[in-house]
Amino acid sequence: MAGLQTRKKQRLVVVSLAVTTLVGASLLVLLALGGDSLSLFLQPSDIKDRQVETGQHFRLGGLVETGSFSRLDDGLTYRFAVTDCLATQPVEFTGLLPDLFREGQGVVTEGELNSSGVFIASTVLAKHDENYRPPGTMPKAEGQCSHPNDQAAAASYTGG
Amino acid sequence: MAGEIGHFALILALFFALTGAVMPHVGAYRKDTRLMALGDRAVYAQFLMAATAFGTLTYAFVTSDFSVINVATNSHTLKPMLYKISGVWGNHEGSLLFWVLNLTLFGALVSWRGSKLPLQFRGRVLAVQSLLVLGFLMFILFTSNPFERLDPAPIEGNGLNPLLQDPGLAFHPPMLYLGYVGLSVAFSFAVAALIEGEVTPLWARWVRPWALLAWVFLTGGIALGSWWAYYELGWGGWWFWDPVENASFMPWLAAAALLHSAIVVEKRDALKSWTILLAIVAFSLSLLGTFLVRSGVITSVHAFATDPARGIFILAFLALVVGGSLTLYAWRAPKMAPSGLFGFVSRESALVVNNIFLSTFAAVVLVGTLYPLFVEAFGAGQITVGPPFFEYAAAVLMSPLIVALGLGPLLAWKRGNIGRAAQIVIPALVVAAVAGVVLVWQTSGGFVMTAFGLGLAAWLIASVLLEIASRIRLFAAPGKAMTGLKKITRAQWGMSMAHAGLAVILLGITISEAFTSEKLVVMAPGDTADVAGYSFTFEGVAPVAGPNFTAVRGFFTVREGDAILTSLTPEDRVYANPPMNTTEAAIYPLFSGDLYAVVGEAAGAGRWSVRLYFKPMISAIWLGALMMMIGGILSLSDTRLRIGLPTGKKQAQKPSAKAAPKTGPKTVQGARA
Repeated sequence: MAGLQTRKKQRLVVVSLAVTTLVGASLLVLLALGGDSLSLFLQPSDIKDRQVETGQHFRLGGLVETGSFSRLDDGLTYRFAVTDCLATQPVEFTGLLPDLFREGQGVVTEGELNSSGVFIASTVLAKHDENYRPPGTMPKAEGQCSHPNDQAAAASYTGG
Repeated sequence: MAGEIGHFALILALFFALTGAVMPHVGAYRKDTRLMALGDRAVYAQFLMAATAFGTLTYAFVTSDFSVINVATNSHTLKPMLYKISGVWGNHEGSLLFWVLNLTLFGALVSWRGSKLPLQFRGRVLAVQSLLVLGFLMFILFTSNPFERLDPAPIEGNGLNPLLQDPGLAFHPPMLYLGYVGLSVAFSFAVAALIEGEVTPLWARWVRPWALLAWVFLTGGIALGSWWAYYELGWGGWWFWDPVENASFMPWLAAAALLHSAIVVEKRDALKSWTILLAIVAFSLSLLGTFLVRSGVITSVHAFATDPARGIFILAFLALVVGGSLTLYAWRAPKMAPSGLFGFVSRESALVVNNIFLSTFAAVVLVGTLYPLFVEAFGAGQITVGPPFFEYAAAVLMSPLIVALGLGPLLAWKRGNIGRAAQIVIPALVVAAVAGVVLVWQTSGGFVMTAFGLGLAAWLIASVLLEIASRIRLFAAPGKAMTGLKKITRAQWGMSMAHAGLAVILLGITISEAFTSEKLVVMAPGDTADVAGYSFTFEGVAPVAGPNFTAVRGFFTVREGDAILTSLTPEDRVYANPPMNTTEAAIYPLFSGDLYAVVGEAAGAGRWSVRLYFKPMISAIWLGALMMMIGGILSLSDTRLRIGLPTGKKQAQKPSAKAAPKTGPKTVQGARA
């Protein structure tokens, strides 16, 4: 009979279908994870250590260095420096900066280095941490540079 | 004083949870109905205590009692009342208390609506639910007490993060939490069934409404969150495949799979172990989501205040719940009675296909979300998995699902006829092909993937409509169509509505992704910029003052041709407490799409940097989500599916003996103390 089947046959069909989909999905994962959907998350001092090449897409996290921020004449392009208190990386970004962007505070940018070593950011991510300091932007050597804005913005009593 | 009452109530709740988690099992072991029934008393007491605690915390927020650290850190006297209240769950400690409140609420609801459940089984369910309450209460009392005092009390509080001071976000966490916690009920039912060692169609009838309810809330919570991101963050984006977003999306996928597989258990007494596993996995993914969000192990755009100690506690709890329930599953599931049969071509098979694709997708999202953790653990540096990965996976795994979704509802239960179903949906195929080809032709072949997406959406909508038409025999007997229409049950309307909702979402995503027009410019007053045929004239800026912020408001007049369509007034707000800027995008929804304007910063000489968008059909994304929710609610309101009120009549008619509610020496029925 074509309609009803034995329990064994039914299980075989269901299991083989599931296995096929799973294998397909695993191949997909391997394929995609090897490609350009992965990006490194680096702080400024990692850039030299890892010898990141020009044109390689990665995320850069750190603090916006106090006094480094400026706007170019076109009114849309901004320059600033991201620091982890060990190294400083100049960044250029065209667009609207997110609300939480401020000198002395944490920032995560996405983009690539150009030939003169400037990080051309395609995105500057808005972070909305309750304590105003997103993870991944904590300086590696926090004691070595002072960021008065950051201190003031951090909650003065942190609870718990 | 209020704070101490709340704290005390939480400690009492902890003891009630302990009682509720242990006594019903003891009762079942000793065949003591009074001990079994203690589960009911315990969950009501837990709910009462949790509500008291939540009430006192709310009172502290409303009256701005800054001697409570939590209030001082997250509130401010000048905050509007809505945000004083939403501030209660807008922070870590309060949100956990809210989680517990919901957990106890659902426990009490199960007890209230489930009076027809066999006493022993109900006792077990409530015991598992109490165990979850116990875990979360320990978490709160040991690591995140919301009632901790501050001495001396400050005169003014820190204020709530202004980005969170928004109506959309005031209701986003509660919805999401109700969804997460709703899945706990399915989990408790699954674990109780494993302990009892039996799953019946009646079991599925009890579980499905809860899974559906949780799914409706999750849908609403996710939709609100993405809507908020769209209008508040001012990037024009609405979904970023960020770990925190994935954390809510995975339980949604699992819940969707669960509420479909439960149908097969109910109708055919098949897929039993799989459904149990799904119920466990769905809630585990909710817990995992909480862990990811609260521990900060993964870099996320939406960072929350995090604390490693808390992360470790949740991880241990997660390991205990997931490990414990899966061990129980491995031990008990093989002993369950073998499943009923269904044909290869049948509605059941279509639901199996649905489950395979939904759960594979959930697994792929899980891998993509956790992959950075593994890479970091093996010392290969910090990485992120970007949206292309997830978009690729979504396209590959969801397309076949949507194709199957069009056909599934047309197949008969148990043994279907693919030829008959195919005949009905031929028009849908034509509609889909035409939609795709027209788009490719209109854009001269530039948007093949968009054409494909549009074709899928058209296919799905058309097949949903054709399914209704064939149900009422619209073409065979048009005269009787109205009578047929009235015969369609609410559950069936719900299904059609939810499926159509998916099609509408797909339509919104496809069109808005492909045809959004964007312009980033510096404008002086009087300048005009053209975006997608609409001309935006910048009229200048003016300062405005709000209750707890000041703002710069930009004025735009939008014209289509010569006719004035609307004026847009985006704002750049500066909040005083805490000192912070937020962007308020101005959005004007047209039928064809949204006009969207954001004002940036002064660029000197009276000029301002602005970003202007036209986003075609983007509202369809949230409209579709709303349709899904309405579909779910319609289905819930169907009398045959009302929560915890299985009639049992239909079951008795079934030939299968297992369909009847289980009776036997172990079970003591209806003896509620």
